Amino acid sequence: MRTFDYVRARTAEEATAAWAATPGARYLGGGTNLVDLMKLGVERPEALVDVSRLPLDTVEELPDGSLRVGATVRNSDLAAHPLVVEGWPALSRALLSGASGQLRNAATTGGNLLQRTRCPYFQDLSKPCNKREPGSGCGAREGVHRDHAVLGHSPHCVATHPSDMAVALAALDARVELRGTDGGRELAAEAFHRLPGDRPELDTELRPGELVTAVVLPAATRGLPSAYRKVRDRASYAFALASAAVVLSVADGVVAHVGIALGGVAHRPWRARRAEEALTGAAPTRAAFEHALELELSAAEPLRDNGYKVPLARSLTVDVLTRLAARHSG
Amino acid sequence: MADAPAALGAPLIRREGLEKVTGRARYAVEHRLPGSAHAWPVTARVASGRVLRVDASAALAAPGVLAVLTHENAPRLAEPDDPTLAVLQDAHVPHRGWVVALVVAETLEAAREGAGAVDVEYLAEDHDVLLTPDRPDAYVPEKANGGHPGLREHGDPDGAFASAPVRVDTAYRVPPLHNHPMEPHASTARWTDDGRLEAYCSSQGTTKVRQTLATMFGLPEESVTVRAEHVGGGFGSKGTPRPDVVLASMAALHTGRPVALALPRRDLPQLVGHRAPTLHRVRLGADSDGRIRSLVHEVTTHTSRVREFVEQAAVPGRTMYTSPHSRTVHRVARLDVATPSWMRAPGETPGMYALESAMDELAEALGMDPVELRVVNDCRTEPDTGKPFSSRHLVECLREGARRFGWAERDPRPGARRAGQVLTGTGVASATYPVLVSPSTASARALPDGTFVVRTNATDIGTGARTVLGQVAAEALGAAGDRVRMEIGDSDLPSAPLAGGSSGTASWGWAVHEACTRLARRLAVHRGPLPQDGLEEHADTAGTADAESDHARHAFGAHFAEVGVDTVTGEVRVNRLLGVYAAGRILNPRTARSQFVGGMVMGLGMALTEGSTVDPAFGDFAERDLAAYHVPVNADVLSVEAHWIEEDDPHLNPVGGKGIGEIGIVGTAAAVGNAFHHAVGVRMRELPLTPDRVLDALARRSPERGRA
Repeated sequence: MRTFDYVRARTAEEATAAWAATPGARYLGGGTNLVDLMKLGVERPEALVDVSRLPLDTVEELPDGSLRVGATVRNSDLAAHPLVVEGWPALSRALLSGASGQLRNAATTGGNLLQRTRCPYFQDLSKPCNKREPGSGCGAREGVHRDHAVLGHSPHCVATHPSDMAVALAALDARVELRGTDGGRELAAEAFHRLPGDRPELDTELRPGELVTAVVLPAATRGLPSAYRKVRDRASYAFALASAAVVLSVADGVVAHVGIALGGVAHRPWRARRAEEALTGAAPTRAAFEHALELELSAAEPLRDNGYKVPLARSLTVDVLTRLAARHSG
Repeated sequence: MADAPAALGAPLIRREGLEKVTGRARYAVEHRLPGSAHAWPVTARVASGRVLRVDASAALAAPGVLAVLTHENAPRLAEPDDPTLAVLQDAHVPHRGWVVALVVAETLEAAREGAGAVDVEYLAEDHDVLLTPDRPDAYVPEKANGGHPGLREHGDPDGAFASAPVRVDTAYRVPPLHNHPMEPHASTARWTDDGRLEAYCSSQGTTKVRQTLATMFGLPEESVTVRAEHVGGGFGSKGTPRPDVVLASMAALHTGRPVALALPRRDLPQLVGHRAPTLHRVRLGADSDGRIRSLVHEVTTHTSRVREFVEQAAVPGRTMYTSPHSRTVHRVARLDVATPSWMRAPGETPGMYALESAMDELAEALGMDPVELRVVNDCRTEPDTGKPFSSRHLVECLREGARRFGWAERDPRPGARRAGQVLTGTGVASATYPVLVSPSTASARALPDGTFVVRTNATDIGTGARTVLGQVAAEALGAAGDRVRMEIGDSDLPSAPLAGGSSGTASWGWAVHEACTRLARRLAVHRGPLPQDGLEEHADTAGTADAESDHARHAFGAHFAEVGVDTVTGEVRVNRLLGVYAAGRILNPRTARSQFVGGMVMGLGMALTEGSTVDPAFGDFAERDLAAYHVPVNADVLSVEAHWIEEDDPHLNPVGGKGIGEIGIVGTAAAVGNAFHHAVGVRMRELPLTPDRVLDALARRSPERGRA
């Protein structure tokens, strides 16, 4: 039997120290993805540093009106938190559209960000995958890839990131707080995950040993109308074919603030900056939304069998924008 | 009346329900036998070729690993009837996922880790796994599954079609589908000191498992016992023995330990059968009053190189509608794929999807109501055999379903009901499933304390068989149900056929009824106290249950569906599913409803979410776990209703049921697909109706809008 060490950390400092002291260690949160991957042999850590009981399980309102969500807050609790439901509803909706009730009860905020792609080639040790085994090739690029990326992929990897939560965080300008052995730092949520390039084995910009300690929802997007919509093969418990998180504020008949992130279309939540630029200051009309999404999706490079994602992402996002805009006019 | 609660027709709860919901019911690998070891399979990484070498040294060096079985050291077995069971007997690899080694270890974890350490070298050959409608190597088999002729032809179908005033010529595709019962295929096997083989096996019928193991291991049947007290579903895939029980038995023999093996979920698609993909071409030629003159249903499907299994999907056209001229034919291509097999209503399910979709298209072409079209084409004799139906209440099911569903208020125009971005529509389809019955044996014993023990090797795969057989017995004995103990699920019991083909209750129930009736007669004339061992009667329905019938015997039904199609996202959600069935006497409304609804939900999955993809590069199925292979969830359907029409059919069996396990799935996908067309105005002819395909269909619709 393959064995691994197990360390239960009591503080973040203890966790990072334990990680540094143990080569091949991985942090363990709710275990809803890592443990599955260990069973499949995709992940083979030498040690697990259990961070699920760190004192990071609170949601704290900061003086500036932002909200700090501890990394071990469970997805179910976060989705139901009154300040989240009221202030950043897209996040609540995104969380509730992920996985199943049982999984959301176990999954943590930090772990949700760090879940790995559900690409079937990644999960199958008998097939090539550059993410699992750099240099082995990509089975999906010419294989079965209906669920795969249409934006930002590379010859090395066409996987998508599976998180719904991360898509909402990107649109809401959330920040991710990190702690490493040499102190803490912060990353914008939209910069937390990376595109595959020639290093598809790296999902995120985390440095070795860095631990996610919190996610901060900024005051700037608090209370703005926001929404999340996910399209999937079955009505619950399925990953996104495409999803859209949108935050939109309109003042004096023009778009004052807009944040758009797309899920299920790229190796990371896809922040639609071109669309946002085109919309900011423009009248919130359907035509403007369509034009903005055209601009954004002109960068899409669909694979043989996933071309549907481009019009789907477009019509879906235009629809979410239109509904949010209608709230302003209503 | 003391026996009223037990009477046939009462909605009794499952006898083993409490055991199941409290976790006390034990399944095949939950029987922890002293000293038992665990096994994990190593499966082929090539789709065609041979194993050149298996290096097990690293696995054997791993802690806890007891043995690695390969084709070189595994016990030699006699050739089984089913060649998919001839595992580890030679180096040949017929498809990806074929078992090439088995690791046995002290723990499940060690076995899995050991399996990962086995190094197998292959000689890979080119593989060919893609089914297309025009494959030149596809041939017409003599027989399709169920013994149905590969080809049947009456009259001049092509000429009659060509001259028919209204014609539909169309094609449909159904992808590979997988049974995926909750309990995987699993067995615990041990050899006793006196050379007996005992197994707990998750099977739909352990009589056949015992026969197979006895043959393969060269034992008399009485030296083999196979038990399946509780089975977590099968849907056909456990209807025949599967490699798990052969592998566990071999490993137990090899190691001298009891061995438990549950096939990993990801290996099930390759190792336990699947519903083969079917490509359909259907031609219907009708008179202007809707009566069908010519019916042509041509099916192309695949099988493996291991065994010929032909999904009999062209069969429903031989039964359903008046058709003086017809051709129903199967063509099959042998590919380097896993061996397909039974999945809930094999043949009828994909076949009726195609035929009932084509009927909807014909109704549209005729400008006729689709319920009326089916009524017009109802028949009293079976078109293919000319035999009279023992009973046929298709029209009554259609009428009753239409009434309950509110069909009369339906606006026939497609694409005419929009609420926001959602288009809604309704559809109908017929269902049919043959009445199958096999000989069975059973015993019934009256004990001095006033209780009874009824024994038969039936299997309760979650259907409620144990409960219903208890009702059959109680009624025949004139006893209260709680006085009757049912013993089933053990091959040492009187032998019985499998739980499959919707035939279990009819087959076992016949023998139980007969044994109990005889016992009741004997008790009626018995004087004085019963002997200490009680009195026992035995029944064997061989020669009666399998007698050729003068009648065509089928259950019928009607499915109605209402769907909503989101025109922005392409998501299809079902608001209502309603089925009405005529399936003989309903013996227990509670368990029957569960069976019908379960079938309908499985049909819903076929319509909307289920399907796998043959990966051309690797030769296996891409979707191999329950995250990727989408069985439907509660949120996919808002309302499911099952109703039935009581049928009194004297040509069936003493308990009067036609079988209900499968008909619920049969017409569901077509009803949903037809409702989709009614909602959107575009016909989709490939399942499942996933957003990518729906969006494509919606895009096709746009230019038509202007014309409407």
